[in-house]
Amino acid sequence: MYDLIVIGGGPAGLAAAYSAWENGLRKILILERDRELGGILNQCIHNGFGVKTFGEALSGPEYASRFEDMVASTEIEAKTDTMVLDISPDRTVHAINPKDGYVSFQAKSVILAMGCRERTRGAISIPGTRPSGVFSAGTAQRYMNIDGFMVGKRVVILGSGDIGLIMARRLTLEGAKVLACVEVMPHSSGLRANIARCLNDFDIPLMLSHTVTDIHGDKRITGVTVSAVDDHMVPIPGTEQEFECDTLLLSVGLVPENELTKSAGIDLDPRTRGAVVYENRETTMDGVFACGNVLHVHDLVDFVSEEATFAGKAAAEYVLNGDKGENYYSVKTSGGVTYTVPQRIHKGLGEEKINLYLRVNRTLPKAEIVVKRDGEELARFRKTHLAPGEMQSVVFTGDLLETAGSSDEIEVALEV
Amino acid sequence: METKKMTCLECPRGCQLEINVDTLEVTGNTCPRGEAFAKAEITNPLRVLTTTVRINSKTEVMLPVRTQTGMPKAKMFDAMEVIKGVRVNAPIFVGDVVVSDLCGTGVDLIATKNVRE
Ligand SMILES: Cc1cc2nc3c(=O)[nH]c(=O)nc-3n(C[C@H](O)[C@H](O)[C@H](O)COP(=O)(O)OP(=O)(O)OC[C@H]3O[C@@H](n4cnc5c(N)ncnc54)[C@H](O)[C@@H]3O)c2cc1C
Ligand code: SF4
Repeated sequence: MYDLIVIGGGPAGLAAAYSAWENGLRKILILERDRELGGILNQCIHNGFGVKTFGEALSGPEYASRFEDMVASTEIEAKTDTMVLDISPDRTVHAINPKDGYVSFQAKSVILAMGCRERTRGAISIPGTRPSGVFSAGTAQRYMNIDGFMVGKRVVILGSGDIGLIMARRLTLEGAKVLACVEVMPHSSGLRANIARCLNDFDIPLMLSHTVTDIHGDKRITGVTVSAVDDHMVPIPGTEQEFECDTLLLSVGLVPENELTKSAGIDLDPRTRGAVVYENRETTMDGVFACGNVLHVHDLVDFVSEEATFAGKAAAEYVLNGDKGENYYSVKTSGGVTYTVPQRIHKGLGEEKINLYLRVNRTLPKAEIVVKRDGEELARFRKTHLAPGEMQSVVFTGDLLETAGSSDEIEVALEV
Repeated sequence: METKKMTCLECPRGCQLEINVDTLEVTGNTCPRGEAFAKAEITNPLRVLTTTVRINSKTEVMLPVRTQTGMPKAKMFDAMEVIKGVRVNAPIFVGDVVVSDLCGTGVDLIATKNVRE
């Protein structure tokens, strides 16, 4: 019987396992379906990882190797090439592996750290033919950075998420011509810094409020039509522009990979598409925790590692001291806060710190995040440079919630 | 008075900086690194270059590499030409120098992944 099984060996899984070890668990197993640990970071060869955690800007593989070294210094076991298929309510984890075939393991606690997956063309529906040369940006990234082959010479990128921006620069440096980065929204969801160093540095146009309305070509893509869109994101006739290209990259967002979570019967939050969790990142299934991109899409790996550390510690507390019970406040959002993680906060936490992550629905130079109970203000956090693409975090202690009101609901609001 | 606007690239926060080209006065930065960044941007902008090189290894085809520190932005494409011709052998470890003094910039190109065999 394992104390803890971690599903997924990306940065979340590695940091969670290490934190559980540090907090006293000894029989820990990481299951990873890929041939190596490190998760999506293995293909993210650009730098910018770890500024918060290590105070330096590392590449993805470099950041992952720091956590791999930490895990290697313990007796944590890891099995790669092992795909988890199912988790039963008694926390039996069922998996397959080319060497052992079907295997199952029992655990006192489980941490879900399966990361996220890219949205594909099906999820956004573009008319036109279905020639080759249309890739998701992450697939193209894997082809170039891990498998070592070039995906195209003349490229249009649809969507201005960070992966698309990073790939615009990567392709340009490798000699391709990136014609435009096309974004349907009036703002980019990518980090401002990535727009500057990936597009502006190379004079790649960012076409906001535009979208791809047609794809041309038989076997291989030969071009795309790009149109402006109105306030309702409907293409405006007469604004069509033709681009001749051999490649179209889609960078249209990430979705947490929650098939396992769903089939285990764990409650999901439709806003985050991840599990509903308590402040210790425990899901609605006893002894099962979640962290990293499987819980909600993070923009910075530093927050992934931070969150994983809470989950690892909480799993250790669960195994060593028992469950925290189901007496909780539910967290509601208002005034432009699109979601919070956690969605529930245990009562009676005393001086214990609560790390609450949230996103807002618009770009604001400054605003305040207010925590309320029964309409009474409990805390107020001043923030600058807010944007939908940049997660915010606030920290407060459990007893703060007991200082006013009597409701079982806590409200997190945005005030400008 | 001429000013230039830019996004600070020193950390993910991405502060919006403005520099007065004559007095070199910087506004909009949250920390001193932003000030240094804005000054460099109008004289000799620096960027960390990240890319891959081919590797002879049992497990990998490509080795991720980066410049140890920022290199002149203007020399990035020259550097890519040099890097194209480079092939390394495993084992190689994070921080090992792959090309020293890349294109005469004084900056080394280093490995960013451990490839053991
Ligand atoms: C292209 C891209 C660029 C990014 N750029 C930056 C950046 O510049 N700076 C920054 O700070 N952050 C960046 N990020 C964010 C950061 O990389 C991610 O937030 C982080 O990797 C998420 O970690 P994770 O462990 O949750 O998920 P992942 O890294 O995706 O790891 C999940 C792991 O779980 C495994 N898994 C999934 N399902 C199963 C299963 N059923 N059984 C077994 N294993 C399974 C997967 O194989 C994978 O290894 C970027 C992300 C992407 C995708
Ligand atoms: S000024 Fe400082 S805080 Fe702002 S982006 Fe630059 S380094 Fe980061």
